[in-house]
Amino acid sequence: MAQSNIDEKTIEELKQIMARYPQPRSALMPMLHLVQSVDGVVSQRGIEVIAELVGITEAQVQGVSTFYTQYLKHPGGKHHIGVCSTSLCAVMGGDALYDRISKRLGVDEGTTEDGMFTLERVECNAACDFAPVIMVNWEFMDNMTPEKADKLLDDLEAGRPVKPTRGATITSWRDNERLLAGFYDGKADEGVSAGEASLAGVEIARENNWSAPKGEAK
Amino acid sequence: MTDVVQTDLVTLTIDDTQVSVPKGTTIIRAAEKIGIAIPRFCDHPLLDPRGSCRQCLVDVLDAGNGRGFPAAQASCTMTVAEGMVVRTQFTSEKAKKAQAGIMELLLINHPLDCPICDKAGECPLQNQAMSVGRGDTRFDGEKRHYPKPLEVTPQLLLDRERCILCARCTRFVEEIAGDPFISLASRGRNQQVAVYPEAESGSLYSGNVVQICPVGAFTAKSYRFNARPFDLVSVDTTCEHCASGCSLRTDQRHGKVRRRLAGFNPEVNEEWNCDKGRFAFASGHIDRVETPLVRVNGELQPASWPEAIRAAAAGLKKAGDKVGVLPGGRLTLENAYAYSKFARVALGTNNIDYRSRRGSKEEATFLLSAVAGATTPSYADLETAKQVVLVAFDPEYESPIVQLRLIKAVKKGLKVVNLSAIRTSRSDKLKAEWIPVEPGAEAAALGKVKLDADSIILVGERGALAAGALKAVVEAANKSGARWAWIPRRAGEIGAVESGCLPNALPGGRPVADVKARVDVATAWGLETIPGNVGLDAVEIVNAGAEGLLDALVIGGVELRDLPDPAAAMQAIDRSFTVSLENRLSQAALLADVVLPTALIEEQSGHFLNWEHRAGVVNKVVKSSAMTDLEILDLIATEMDAPIALDSTEKASNEWAGFGNWEGERPALETEPIEAQPEGVLLTAWSEPLWASAANDGEENLAASARAEFAALSEATAKSLGLEAGDEVSVSGDVASIRLPLQVREMVDGTIWIPANSRQGTLGELGAAVGHVVTVAKEGK
Amino acid sequence: MTDLLTPVLTENWGKDKSWTYDFYAQHGGFEAAKKALKMKPEEVMNTVKDAGLRGRGGAGFPTGVKWSFIPQANPKPKYLIVNADESEPGTCKDMPLLLASPHLLLEGIVISAYAVNCHQAYIYIRGEAAHVARRMQAAVASMYEHGWFGKDIQGTGFDLDVTVHSGAGAYICGEETALLESLEGRRGQPRLKPPFPAVEGLFASPTVVNNVESISTVPSIIKNGVDWFASMGTEKSNGFTIYSISGHVARPGQYEAPLGTTFRQLLQLAGGIRKGHQLKFFTPGGSSTPMLTEEHLDTPLDFEGLAAVGSMLGTKAMQTFDETTSVVRTTTRWAEFYQHESCGKCTPCREGTQWLVQILKKLEAGQGEEGDVDKLLAVCDDINGLSFCTLAGGAVSCVTSAIAHFRPEFELGYTTPAWEAFPYEKSALFEGGVK
Repeated sequence: MAQSNIDEKTIEELKQIMARYPQPRSALMPMLHLVQSVDGVVSQRGIEVIAELVGITEAQVQGVSTFYTQYLKHPGGKHHIGVCSTSLCAVMGGDALYDRISKRLGVDEGTTEDGMFTLERVECNAACDFAPVIMVNWEFMDNMTPEKADKLLDDLEAGRPVKPTRGATITSWRDNERLLAGFYDGKADEGVSAGEASLAGVEIARENNWSAPKGEAK
Repeated sequence: MTDVVQTDLVTLTIDDTQVSVPKGTTIIRAAEKIGIAIPRFCDHPLLDPRGSCRQCLVDVLDAGNGRGFPAAQASCTMTVAEGMVVRTQFTSEKAKKAQAGIMELLLINHPLDCPICDKAGECPLQNQAMSVGRGDTRFDGEKRHYPKPLEVTPQLLLDRERCILCARCTRFVEEIAGDPFISLASRGRNQQVAVYPEAESGSLYSGNVVQICPVGAFTAKSYRFNARPFDLVSVDTTCEHCASGCSLRTDQRHGKVRRRLAGFNPEVNEEWNCDKGRFAFASGHIDRVETPLVRVNGELQPASWPEAIRAAAAGLKKAGDKVGVLPGGRLTLENAYAYSKFARVALGTNNIDYRSRRGSKEEATFLLSAVAGATTPSYADLETAKQVVLVAFDPEYESPIVQLRLIKAVKKGLKVVNLSAIRTSRSDKLKAEWIPVEPGAEAAALGKVKLDADSIILVGERGALAAGALKAVVEAANKSGARWAWIPRRAGEIGAVESGCLPNALPGGRPVADVKARVDVATAWGLETIPGNVGLDAVEIVNAGAEGLLDALVIGGVELRDLPDPAAAMQAIDRSFTVSLENRLSQAALLADVVLPTALIEEQSGHFLNWEHRAGVVNKVVKSSAMTDLEILDLIATEMDAPIALDSTEKASNEWAGFGNWEGERPALETEPIEAQPEGVLLTAWSEPLWASAANDGEENLAASARAEFAALSEATAKSLGLEAGDEVSVSGDVASIRLPLQVREMVDGTIWIPANSRQGTLGELGAAVGHVVTVAKEGK
Repeated sequence: MTDLLTPVLTENWGKDKSWTYDFYAQHGGFEAAKKALKMKPEEVMNTVKDAGLRGRGGAGFPTGVKWSFIPQANPKPKYLIVNADESEPGTCKDMPLLLASPHLLLEGIVISAYAVNCHQAYIYIRGEAAHVARRMQAAVASMYEHGWFGKDIQGTGFDLDVTVHSGAGAYICGEETALLESLEGRRGQPRLKPPFPAVEGLFASPTVVNNVESISTVPSIIKNGVDWFASMGTEKSNGFTIYSISGHVARPGQYEAPLGTTFRQLLQLAGGIRKGHQLKFFTPGGSSTPMLTEEHLDTPLDFEGLAAVGSMLGTKAMQTFDETTSVVRTTTRWAEFYQHESCGKCTPCREGTQWLVQILKKLEAGQGEEGDVDKLLAVCDDINGLSFCTLAGGAVSCVTSAIAHFRPEFELGYTTPAWEAFPYEKSALFEGGVK
């Protein structure tokens, strides 16, 4: 069996996740996120521990983990780079960005040999007004350009702090997997309230003094 | 009753024909009722509707509300409505086009490998593609490819390319068997049926997925590339392995059985069977006795039939009534009847006992007084009961189809209570309430279970090993109005009880000790009298034989290692003139003086009575000149000048049926005194179908799919013995030891569980017995 | 006359610490919840029903009516689930809302849960948005701290627990029954209906599933009243909504306006198509809604207006493309999206999207054959309406509408690669790609 970092503390946390739901199986997805944060992959041990805790078979856990694209079958790198490749981002430069990054890292949908990056094409990430978009550890890197992408990778490689356009300072993919498992990291106050595009309409309204009608008297 | 049905009927029109069906029926089922076959793949009457293959699309012109649907609808999921108007592919271009479209889509990724596919010739995809598909395909792209085939279990192979993802298999394992060892994995075009590669065990019912797969995706290793469906000759018959009584379809080619399928029998096995019933059928060919053998100068030598019959008759005649008969528990009703009659007519003895497993005196009384001729609950009753109480009985391992029916019933609200020393995954599948019971203490524990007229108690063969348990079952039922059934393991047991293969019983539950009963039987058999003394039971026969007190033995299909004391049995055979009726060179045959080869199950006809006492017909599958036990016994009896006049199966079954049930008194149930046990760890054990069993011989794939053997202790007991999970432990009886990896399980403290039929040795070979003390020691990690 | 833009949900976006409890409380937050908790649950439900709020997640089913389907006599617990699985290509309104004003949704949850007698709500957020999960986790915690969630909220005797649940990458989980499967820890494949979620949803209990924007709109309706809401929008499409404009426009972004606003009006606000270019086509409500062109600029962007021109309002996500764009390329990508996101359950979607992609890729590469376009349409015809859920319908809409508007461009794929006819670098927002 491959190495696993799952220990008593992890199992305790997996049980905490289960306690959030009236039926333990509901905890499966956050549990898988936690396993990824601990092992860097949906590990064999992770599948077995979850199956045991939830009371289902390993085949069933595997059936679920392979359904969702965020769960990795092969160990992920320190940083996860997701380049949006759905039509709009692709057309507006996403394809070019992907090719550029892929060439630089020497991987096509995979993890670099040094374990620093996992590169994937991702589908529409709900940031179309910021196209083209790259997600780093599922944080928004909006309005990307080749130059910005180069700097992003330079900074990540050098370990320099990287701030997403809308999000908290990049740490690692695994840290954010823990967040997705429902373990809050205390960083909600980092980053902006809204990006520029999100504010397009409301700013025009302010400029023009437009608003919704006044409401009924209370 | 009919009124209720009437009010719930819904009338609709399908292809211009009116049909009335119960509310809630799906369109596809309603169409079947009037002979309209709508093509389908994912739909299966015994599985929950899924609506995923979309092959069954029909044109719904009126949903019963005056409006129709613009697009064709799945008839497997849409339920009928009053006034509904439906057109199928036979009368609607829309339905026809929709079905042809779906078929073309299904085929874009299906390989054109029919010429080498096992399913070709009986393939729903192939057949329906011919009937509703387009003549050609417009697809000229790349098909999905997978490395082929995937070994799902040691017995099952999966060609994922062929799979059309109907999810029949995954629904079967989850809904019917409760063993989701396979699951759909990945998604979209990559979706596939997957197994967890490191999983420890599959399912005892895994072979059913091969049968319900509507394409050739699942194949059994043992049958792969073995025959073409159109070359096979199929015969409906009944499974010989256990008392569930599954109908089977056995397929042979060139006089050899190639495969067995679950037969269609809604009242018994529905459309399912277990892997043993499906895959274990080769053993008879491994070391088959081809000709009669007679021991000459200490060596078994081939002999002609007349020579062998003469030798057998002479030896038995010489022994007089100092003889014992051990027919075994695997005979058809007719063969069992022949042994019963042979013992009394030709040998003049009641020394006959079919029980090759450990039994008890009180069990013999119970079998005579409570089981013979009993009206028992049925499979259907298990579904309508409110509570089922399991006593010394693991349904999955000791009568697998009972387990399937219980799983089904539990979904409808049945509550299961399991009296057992160990909590098991099988009982968890039934969401059973586990009541921990020390082995041997079942009678007392049952007394504490609340029972009523909606309860059914199921007691297994191990009920004989707990003092007073069988009596307690009957009394608890009588008191509460609950019903009960005794569910033995072997297919021939009920038939053996009913035909009188017991020292205390004659056919139809007639007590040996009852003079009127004896007269009944003596008259029917043309005898002056029948011996009035209750004969020796199996243990006594073996012991007497070993001590040289018997001069002859007649042994049917008995595995000596199944007996409580195999060594004594060998000694008994050694010391007595032994006639062995066998199809294999078993331990008994090798030691016998005359070996008379019998027909294999596929070479004979007759009946098995299952636990419900329901007769299942055994049909001859292959042509053979081999004689059945009854024909051989008939020859010997004739040679002995004491004819039993049973030269055909029909004669035997007619004669047996002529007896009917004994209406008179039967002996009262009794409780044997409990044998005091010294301090120590008490043994609990049962036999599992895929572990050591002569019937599994030659089926390596099947054997490999069994779960690993282990020993189990409670946490506290393990601790007190200085053991922990994963330790290698030795478990010793009076004779020998076996070594097993230890599991720590929820079970009664002070008990240990081991397999009763370990490949290392049976309980008999260990000199151990359920409810008795064994020695447990640590052997290492 | 209502103003062209009517910021309600977006009003506080961008303001300092807008995502915090204190900010929300200081800017009129919870007035609606306080008001609602003094009303009877049926009154709250009827208000939302009367306001004519229609679901903002794509289907447009009236929210209050959906609530009324919850059988109150059923003794099982009732569940409210907020669908924050925003994944439809082009749709990008819920994520910014949750980042900037999470309490708007949470106040909406208090009111909505109260209306349907629910004591446990779940917020199912797509997994690929870490900061959104973070802000929501913090916001939910703040609601517990301030007595808005938990036992006896605000001393009203009403109990409400709210759990944030992150998905893990599956568009199909935006479909409500697939979401339920997912939330039960299963593969996100849609369930058979009936039973409908209102009767047997999460854990086989009565369940209502609503979109983020729908629930977030509820507080304003309670606060300002039915007439106020109905004073915006059109006759059958009441109120305001967030329109998301993306693509080749000068100022892409979120524009909150009354329903029935035209794309010409919105495009003007967004500064028109990027300089020197012209509109080629746009999707009115995400990629699953049939694409439209110049001729539809004056179509009212509401449920009825778009239905009248053969499209749908969907998620009101206008992906806008100029004349540099190869429609064959965008269609191929969208088809690949549907292929990738198909759950695999039913044949037409699983196999059909795959076939569409294979043909489209050939056309994009200029390697199509005579008849391929008709074949595309024929395959679409074999999928359309016959799949288990509506995902495949989205794929069909995008292909058939593209061919309807631009058939010659697809036929060009028999001879010419799309990248030759429409050099891809011209569509990008920047010069140069691969270094």
